[in-house]
Amino acid sequence: MSTPTAPAKKTNRLGFDILPYRGGKTTLCAGCGHNAVTERLVEACWELGVEPWRVAKISGIGCSSKTPAYFLGQSHGFNSVHGRAPAVATGALLANHELRCVLISGDGDTASIGLGQYMHTLRRNPAMLYLIENNGVYGLTKGQFSATSDLGAKSKGGAVNAFTPIDCCLAAIEYGATFVARSFSGDKKQLAALLRAALSHDGLAVVDVISPCVAFNDHEGSTKSYSYMKDHEEPLHEIDFIPFFNDIEVEIEEGATREVSLHDGSRILLHKLEHDYDPSSRLNAVTRLHQASDGDEVLTGLLYLDRSRPSFTRTLNMVDRPLATLPESVTRPSREALERINEEYR
Amino acid sequence: MHATPVVNDFSIHVATANGSGSQTANSVLMRSIFQMGVPVSGKNLFPSNIAGLPTWFTIRASRKGYIGRKKEIDLLIAMNPETAREDVMALDAGAAVVYDEPLALAGLRDDLVFYAVPFDKLVTGVCPEPKLRKLVRNMIYTGVAAQLLGIDIDEVRKALVKQFGERKKKAAEMNWQAVLAGQSYASENLPKADPLKVERMDANHGRLIIDGNTAAALGCVFAGATVLTWYPITPSSSLAEAMIDFLGRLRQDPETGKATYAVVQAEDELAAAGMVLGAGWAGARAMTCTSGPGISLMSEFLGLGYFAEIPGVFIDVQRVGPSTGLPTRTMQGDTLTNAIVSHGDTRHPLYFPSNPEECFSMASEAFNLAEKFQTPVFVNLDLDLGMNNWMSDPFEYPELPVDRGKVLSTEDLERLGGFSRYQDVDGDGVAYRTLPGTPHDKAGYFTRGTGHDEHARYSEKADDWIANMDRLSRKFESIRGAIPAPEVRFHPGARVGVVCCGTSRYAMEEACDQLREELGLETSSLRLKAYPFTASLDEFIKAHDRVYVIDQNRDAQLLALMKLDLDPVLLLSLRSVRYYGGLPLDARTVSDEIARQEGIR
Repeated sequence: MSTPTAPAKKTNRLGFDILPYRGGKTTLCAGCGHNAVTERLVEACWELGVEPWRVAKISGIGCSSKTPAYFLGQSHGFNSVHGRAPAVATGALLANHELRCVLISGDGDTASIGLGQYMHTLRRNPAMLYLIENNGVYGLTKGQFSATSDLGAKSKGGAVNAFTPIDCCLAAIEYGATFVARSFSGDKKQLAALLRAALSHDGLAVVDVISPCVAFNDHEGSTKSYSYMKDHEEPLHEIDFIPFFNDIEVEIEEGATREVSLHDGSRILLHKLEHDYDPSSRLNAVTRLHQASDGDEVLTGLLYLDRSRPSFTRTLNMVDRPLATLPESVTRPSREALERINEEYR
Repeated sequence: MHATPVVNDFSIHVATANGSGSQTANSVLMRSIFQMGVPVSGKNLFPSNIAGLPTWFTIRASRKGYIGRKKEIDLLIAMNPETAREDVMALDAGAAVVYDEPLALAGLRDDLVFYAVPFDKLVTGVCPEPKLRKLVRNMIYTGVAAQLLGIDIDEVRKALVKQFGERKKKAAEMNWQAVLAGQSYASENLPKADPLKVERMDANHGRLIIDGNTAAALGCVFAGATVLTWYPITPSSSLAEAMIDFLGRLRQDPETGKATYAVVQAEDELAAAGMVLGAGWAGARAMTCTSGPGISLMSEFLGLGYFAEIPGVFIDVQRVGPSTGLPTRTMQGDTLTNAIVSHGDTRHPLYFPSNPEECFSMASEAFNLAEKFQTPVFVNLDLDLGMNNWMSDPFEYPELPVDRGKVLSTEDLERLGGFSRYQDVDGDGVAYRTLPGTPHDKAGYFTRGTGHDEHARYSEKADDWIANMDRLSRKFESIRGAIPAPEVRFHPGARVGVVCCGTSRYAMEEACDQLREELGLETSSLRLKAYPFTASLDEFIKAHDRVYVIDQNRDAQLLALMKLDLDPVLLLSLRSVRYYGGLPLDARTVSDEIARQEGIR
C-alpha cells in the first residue's frame, strides 16, 4: 500500500498556484457583485500567468475601489482619490510603461465625480484594464443614485431617477478607448473570457460590468438588480479566449465564428448568436448600444476593438527602459551642456 | 542742463499698449544698460489681455546694485495715448518725459523735462512698408533713450543682435535703422535737459539675463526630472514651455533619439497632480508647475501625497487672486496655503528662491528632498521672479548626486527577507519603500490615504493612527536639517531686525540701507530660503527687540506661519510689513512702514 499524498496543486505557466493571485478577505457585503468580479479577475490573472510583481492595482474611492485589496496580494496597490484613479494610473505608467496596470472603479467614481478624468483617459488610450463595477448606486454612502442610473429607475427608498444615464461604453467607443466591453457579474463564462482578453490588450481596455448592489439596488424597480439583468441581458456573442501561449488548433466554422487576434498573439473567438456582430465597427457598436437601450436590453460582450491605435506611452516616444530606472548618467545632462546654456543667456 | 548728473541710478517707465511689440524695444534697452556693466532690472507690468490694454515696462539702473522695483519714476516714455495724461500727472517733479509728439503733453506740467518725438514721421523714413511700421515704431524710443542717457550705441547694436538671433537678420537690420533714426533725431533736436546718465561700470562680468521660470525649468532638467505634467496657467506656463524646450534639446537618447522623459499636458490641475503622485509612487522624478488656483485644485492629492508618502515637486509661480483675479500681477499669495495645504494634519516643505540662481538650484534640490523624505515639496516662485528678466550669476552644475532615497531593490529584499513600508527603521521618520515592478514576491504593499499600521495593513485603530502621525512629525523634524539655512546679516548693536522670503529681499535690503542712511536706524536682516523654520530664526528673533516680517499679501501669511510654528514667547517681538497691490514690492514702501511703526518719521 502506497503512502497517500496530497494531490498536486494546479499551476500556471509560471509555475504558480492560484495563491499569489488571491488577496485579503473581502469586506464587502455577502452577495455583492463585486466579489464575483474579483474572483474572475484572480482567475484571469492566474490563467494568463501574469507576473504578480508586474501588476499595479489602482483605484479611486467607493465599494469597487476597495477591491484591489482582495486580489493579487503580492502586487503593489494604490487606493487613491475619488474619481482620480485614471491620473494616478497614467502617472504610474509614465514612470514604468512595463507595469500591467489594473484600474478598478465604480459608476460614481467614473461617471460622476471622475467623468472628466475618464473622458481624457479615453482620449489618451493608456495600456491598462479599466474595470468599472457598475451598480448604479452609491453603496458606501448608502444608496444615492449615481450617474449610470437609468431614467425612471427606482431607488430602495422609492425615489425615481429623473435624469438620463451616462453610458460609459458609449463614451469609451466615442472618445478613444481601443477595447470596450460590457458584461454582468453573474455571467461567469463571458466575464472570464472578456477579462482575459482585456488584460492581453495593448491599449485602454474598458470593461463595464453590471455588478448588482445587494444592499441598496437589488429591488423591484431597479435596472441594475440580479433579476433585471437575468431578464434583460442581451449577449452579442459567445466568447472564447485563447492566450498566446496556448497553441491549440481551433476549427472555425465559416459564418458562425469570428476570430480576432491581439498584439501579443492571443485570440478572441466570437461565436455568432442571433446576429453577426463585427466589433471593429465603431458606428455599428454605437447603433447597437442605442437600439438595445431603446428596447430595455443590456447589450453585453466585446462591443468594440481597435488594434491600430498605439497606446499612450508609445505615442510619447520614450526610451525602452522605464523612466523610473534611468540612472543619473542618462537623466542629468553634462557640465558642458550647462555651460553652453549659460553662454546663450550672457 | 542740471548741475549734478545722476549717474547709473534711475528708473525708466515705458508706457505702451499691450501687443504693440514694445517688449523687444524694452529688452534691447535693458540689455544695452546691462552690457554697459551697470546693474539693471526690468519689470513687465502687464494686463491680462492679448492686445490693446495699457502695459508698462520699468527698467531700473542702479550702480549700488538695487534691483527691486523703484517707486519713483525718473524717465517716462509715454507711447500710449490712453494713459499718457495720467502717467505724466503721477510723476515726481524733475522727472523727464519722452513722448509721442501728437500727444502734446508738454503743456500739462511745468516742473518736468519734456522731449517730443515725432514717431510716425520717423518710422515712415525707416520703414517703407506700412504693414511693418507698427513692429519697429517702438524701437525708435530705444534710440532716443540711448542718446539722452549716453548709452554706447554699439552696445545697443549688440543687444539687438542678441535679441533677434542669427536667423532674423532682416528684422534686426530694420530695427537697427529705427534705433539710429531715434538716436539721430534726439542728437539733432533734443538738447539734454535732465540729469540722468549711464556711465560704463564693470559690475556684470560673466552674468546672464534670464527669467526665473526658465531658470527653474533648467534646474528641473539638470535634477534629472523624468515626468512633467501640467495645465496651462499664467504665470507658470512659460516654466513648462521652457522645460519642454530644454528637454527636447538635452534629454534625447543619443543613439535612438528617444526621450528620457515624459511630458503630459493634463486636462486640469487635478489630473496633473494625480499623475505626479502616480509617477512618484512608481519611481519617476515627477513634477508639475502651477499657480494659486491650480494649488487649490491639487489640494486633495497634496494631502494624499503627504499621508501616502509619495515624492513630487510642485512649483508654484504665485499670482494674485482666484478666478480672473489679477492673473498677471505678482503676490506671495500661497505662503501659508502651501505649508499646510489639504485636510487632516499636513505639513509641506517649501523653498523660497529669490533670484534665477536659486530658482535653478532650489528646483534641483527639491527633487532630492522629495525623494529623500518621500513627500511633496513646494518651490514658491512668484510672478515677478518667474516672468521678469533678471541679472543672474551663471548656473553652477549641481554638486550633489541624484539621491533617490530609501528604495529597496530585489537584492535588498532577498537579503532582508521582506520589509515593512511604514516602519521607522532608522529613527528619522523616513521608512523604506519599494517601487511597483520590482521583481520580488515581498516587494508589493498597499498604498492608501486611510489608516494603516507600519506593515501597510489597513487599520483604523487609534494607536496605529497616532503612531503614524507621530512618525510623520519626526520626518518633518528631519527635514529641518536638510534644507538651506537662511541668509542672515547681523548688524552689531541693531535692536531692529527684518525678516522676509523670496523676492521681498530686494526691497528689504534696500530699505535697510534707506533706514540707515536717511534715519540712522541700524537693522539686521534674515532672508528665509526654506520652510520648515530652523533654530537660526529663533536666535535672530531673540537677538532683536522688534522684528519686522515682510509679506507680499494682505494677511501677513509668513508671519502667520511663524505664529503657528514658533515659541509664543518669540511672537511678542514680531511686527508686520505688508504690501498687496500686485506690483513688485519696492523698498520705499518697506522703509516708510518700518519708520512709521518705529515712530521715527
